[in-house]
Amino acid sequence: MSASTFQTNSKAIKWIESRLPVISFVHESLVVYPTPKNLNYWWNFGSLAGIALVIQIVTGIVLSMHYTPHVSLAFNSVEHIMRDVNYGWLLRYIHANGASMFFIVVYVHICRGLYFGSYKAPREILWWLGLVIFLLMMATAFMGYVLPWGQMSFWGATVITNLFSAFPVVGKSIVTWLWGGFSVDNATLNRFYSLHFLLPFAIVGVVVVHIWALHTTKSNNPLGIDIKGPQDTLPFHPYYTVKDMFGLGVFMTVFALFVFFAPNYMGHPDNYIPANPLVTPAHIVPEWYFLPYYAILRSVPDKLGGVVLMFGSILLMFAMPWLDFSRVRSARFRPIFKQAYWLFVINAVVLGYIGGQPPEGMYIIIGRIATTYYFVHLLVLVPLISLFERPLPLPESISNAVLGGSAVPKGAAAAPEKH
Amino acid sequence: MDQRWMRKLAIGALALGTVAIASGAAWSSTGQMEPAEQEWHHQGITGTFDKAAAQRGLQVYKEVCSACHSMNLVAYRTLADLGYSEEQVKALAAEAEVQDGPNDEGEMFTRPGRPYDHFKAPFANEKAARAANGGAYPPDMSLLVKAREDGENYIYALLNGYADAPAGHEVPEGKYYNPYYPGGNISMPPPLSDGAVTYQDGTEATRAQMAHDVITFLSWTAEPKLDERHRMGVIVVAFLVIFTGILFAAYRRVWKDVH
Repeated sequence: MSASTFQTNSKAIKWIESRLPVISFVHESLVVYPTPKNLNYWWNFGSLAGIALVIQIVTGIVLSMHYTPHVSLAFNSVEHIMRDVNYGWLLRYIHANGASMFFIVVYVHICRGLYFGSYKAPREILWWLGLVIFLLMMATAFMGYVLPWGQMSFWGATVITNLFSAFPVVGKSIVTWLWGGFSVDNATLNRFYSLHFLLPFAIVGVVVVHIWALHTTKSNNPLGIDIKGPQDTLPFHPYYTVKDMFGLGVFMTVFALFVFFAPNYMGHPDNYIPANPLVTPAHIVPEWYFLPYYAILRSVPDKLGGVVLMFGSILLMFAMPWLDFSRVRSARFRPIFKQAYWLFVINAVVLGYIGGQPPEGMYIIIGRIATTYYFVHLLVLVPLISLFERPLPLPESISNAVLGGSAVPKGAAAAPEKH
Repeated sequence: MDQRWMRKLAIGALALGTVAIASGAAWSSTGQMEPAEQEWHHQGITGTFDKAAAQRGLQVYKEVCSACHSMNLVAYRTLADLGYSEEQVKALAAEAEVQDGPNDEGEMFTRPGRPYDHFKAPFANEKAARAANGGAYPPDMSLLVKAREDGENYIYALLNGYADAPAGHEVPEGKYYNPYYPGGNISMPPPLSDGAVTYQDGTEATRAQMAHDVITFLSWTAEPKLDERHRMGVIVVAFLVIFTGILFAAYRRVWKDVH
């Protein structure tokens, strides 16, 4: 990034700039940053994810001033927040629903990347960093759900930490090490609290690098073609600041509807029962955003196999840039990939549904079919489609397509796809 | 092409919502009867607690439920939210004998309750509660409405749902048949019968009336800030809708000349 576009006559700003070029940096990355002019609303979700993270950190820090991480005090300290702390109920409901909103936004953000081929060259590292953020989010959310020390907190923690016992030889030792004892107990709660406080700041760090990578490669766009010149872009400000603000308004409205009118809708009633190691809930289910992975875990009759497939389902995403080697990024020009994509999304929703059901009868069979399809899609269908699909002709440039010029047939772009 | 795409996404979002609902509903699929929907004054986005009903419900709790069920999370001082005066709150608290201490001699002593005390529990600990209730542990009632799926309607159905066991259903000694309870056999004897309390405000104390009143009270103990939450929510959402509209206008205006 060159600082050449930033100019000022202010002596004070020049003084700062010559010592730390922070003002030109902000200018480059938030004001003049060249952004494709054809981004649609699905590109709003990146900034929304960043804002959701900030909301979680701010509310979380205030909540931590009133919460007590001890097995005999944690549950009541949360109720103290709900009853006695000024606007404590509001903070806690924002934080609890904010986690769900964060996941909704990030799932849309990931799906957008998958549809428009945002993981392809030159954005592989950008994609990986996003997946690292996603994994850190999952760890953070899981440990946060343990903190109120309700029944689902305790039993969720027990089920998930026990997964590590599936690893041969060292499994049991790993679980004892994770627990800090021989069962989920006070030591577990304390370390989860510590890590739940730490990891969001690790996420902030990876987000910074994620944005660094983004600003290096520049944004992808719905056409999936490269920026050819200034005529294809707009400065980030005011065009995308105002569009992101509008998206934020819609997001906050939906968020507020949950917080004020259905604050426990995405929670589980059992978590209003204090944790009791002697009473197991009828159905132990994780938070909704983990259900597809929970379904994959339970679809495999072998415990180790289930754990490997569950983690594998996310780790495989790191290989997307090579599993999909079609040169066309956007699914708009990939008629077969597009259909496979929607089947994959529907399949993921089916997995989520199965994850919330008891593992019995038809649910097991459907879960196994959906799990198989998840991996067949990524490992078989995506490479095969890359090989055999004949993409539609790509437009000449972003500005040509935006100006309404019909997609100019470009034989040169389509032909090499036959390999 | 874009519109078709939007439609598909909408279908996807809808399906995702269905998953959320279905996963919530899964909990109640343990074979018991589904409770019927009742009318609650505090439901809906502008719902507020029916304070007269909640006050009657407090009376039912005090005279019936509190013999076995604790209310550990609720302080007497918070009863002011139900419309009691400061004097009334003091009097309600003073009805309980609470243990305090140690005093300067190192002795524990009892004194009348004060507004800052929490509701006095009927039993000293879980073991004592079980010993007095045939081995069953009456759950603390503070959060009961939120700790059960469809809490208000479930508890209403349960309180009014005691019946003779159908042929072939074995009810163990010391249990009672209630089709709304998981498994059908509940340790709690039917707690409410017509006229079990005499309401001070003259309302006829039918079983259904008492159930309705005590659940209104329990909804308040589980979610005491509901009125404030609804009031604030209407204002916040109204503001956000208007503000988002302004932002949309700003967005359209800024983008007017972009092609």
